[in-house]
Amino acid sequence: MSLTPELVAKLEREGVSKAVIEQLNEKLASYGKISEDKMEKIVDRVIKSYKRALVEPGENVGVVAAQSVGEPGTQMTLRTFHFVGVKELNVTLGLPRLIEIFDARSKPTTPTMIIPIDKKYSKDRDKAFEIAIKLEELLVDDVVDSSTIDMVNDRIIFELNPNLLRNRGISLEELKEILESRIKSIEVKITGSLKKKDEPIYMEVSSKRELNIQQLNKLKERILKVRLKGIPKIRRTVIRKVELGNGDYEYVIATEGSNLKEVMKVEGIDRRRVYTNDIFEVYRLLGVEAAREVIIREAIRVLEDQGLDVNIRHVMLIADAMTRTGRIKQIGRHGIVGDKSSVLAKAAFELTTKHLYDAAARSAVDNLLGNAENIIAGQPIRSGTGHVKVYLDLLKLLGESEDGGST
Amino acid sequence: MAKKDSFNILEHELVPKHVVLSKEEAKELLRTLNIMPHQLPWIRENDPVCRKIGAKRGDIIKIIRKSHTAKEAVFYRYVVPRWVK
Repeated sequence: MSLTPELVAKLEREGVSKAVIEQLNEKLASYGKISEDKMEKIVDRVIKSYKRALVEPGENVGVVAAQSVGEPGTQMTLRTFHFVGVKELNVTLGLPRLIEIFDARSKPTTPTMIIPIDKKYSKDRDKAFEIAIKLEELLVDDVVDSSTIDMVNDRIIFELNPNLLRNRGISLEELKEILESRIKSIEVKITGSLKKKDEPIYMEVSSKRELNIQQLNKLKERILKVRLKGIPKIRRTVIRKVELGNGDYEYVIATEGSNLKEVMKVEGIDRRRVYTNDIFEVYRLLGVEAAREVIIREAIRVLEDQGLDVNIRHVMLIADAMTRTGRIKQIGRHGIVGDKSSVLAKAAFELTTKHLYDAAARSAVDNLLGNAENIIAGQPIRSGTGHVKVYLDLLKLLGESEDGGST
Repeated sequence: MAKKDSFNILEHELVPKHVVLSKEEAKELLRTLNIMPHQLPWIRENDPVCRKIGAKRGDIIKIIRKSHTAKEAVFYRYVVPRWVK
């Protein structure tokens, strides 16, 4: 037995969420035939229970959310995980990461991306590897074993690592071409060959202009920073097998370093599901709503990772508060608290004296509209049961009013 | 300008559905909530999604989120210029 369209419409009209309707339908399916009458009663009961479970107006949801995240936060170990396993990536977790998220730092300490591969070859490990190699950034620095400056002939000599060049599929001609096109004023001469094993390859770089030692040093640094392949900032890639349940699986590429904009242009990946833990990068490219989603996912992942059972609703509320103005605001004196108009509320949070001195210098006025101010002043706050006021229409009580006007 | 096959951000999994409300719908919403538009959460005029769907300042955007708890949740944002506070 399942819900009739009319009953579904009724549930929706009463504001019952889709998730609940779906669950109810599933539950009902496992029962046999239910009479229309009973069905109606069930639905009414569900609506009643649903409404009772809703948060009431005036509930201090912010305080509850703050405590619900804050208390487990104190239990978190300060330990960060470094290279779990041999080939894993280093990702900041635990309290440091949580602080980073709620402080809205513009760059995570360890940016990482999860890049799913296009459906066509999501089960093909070799294809995943092929794409990963294309993504990984390769600088001249990465293929150079050592470098020296030859002051007599005004040259810089690099000793190249032939194995690395072979692995990343860069020929010596390509290397020469890239370097000479990137830095116009130099001449590159490479001796040796990739075909011979264990024979060092030397690259001599000389400038067309006369250079002193300092300039040569500068040039050396510049050459080492030239990018030969890959996407800037993607420093390392690891292929991961992700179980999707029911024996299904797919390969994804996990990276160290994040560059959402460039990665989304790469062929062969599933662009719709590219994920990065860099909240601001998502904000710039995909907007506030996407950033809010990343805040939630990142925060809840950290909490769950530590075995802390925090209800996701609290985290959702915090993420909503952080993105309320259409920008990402930190939870703190430079963000949500700092934007409060009340001097006393700000002083109650952090840097009490600073805020009071500043307020005094400006001869600021506090209108005591918020809760923090009123608690300081020892007055009842407009919150919870204090949110409502009761008016008594005396005239009506005495039967003297005709229209029985109410306020 | 944009390449023919360039990726549409609205298709990204992280981006929920954004719909610009018509004048009437916006009025109706504000009436039922009994608030001024600026009391809604905001979204910047230069937000990538706003630019993509062509929302102008003063518009109200209906956002249909894929919620973690309710499966689908409706949220509204008021489009404000980038320089507001």
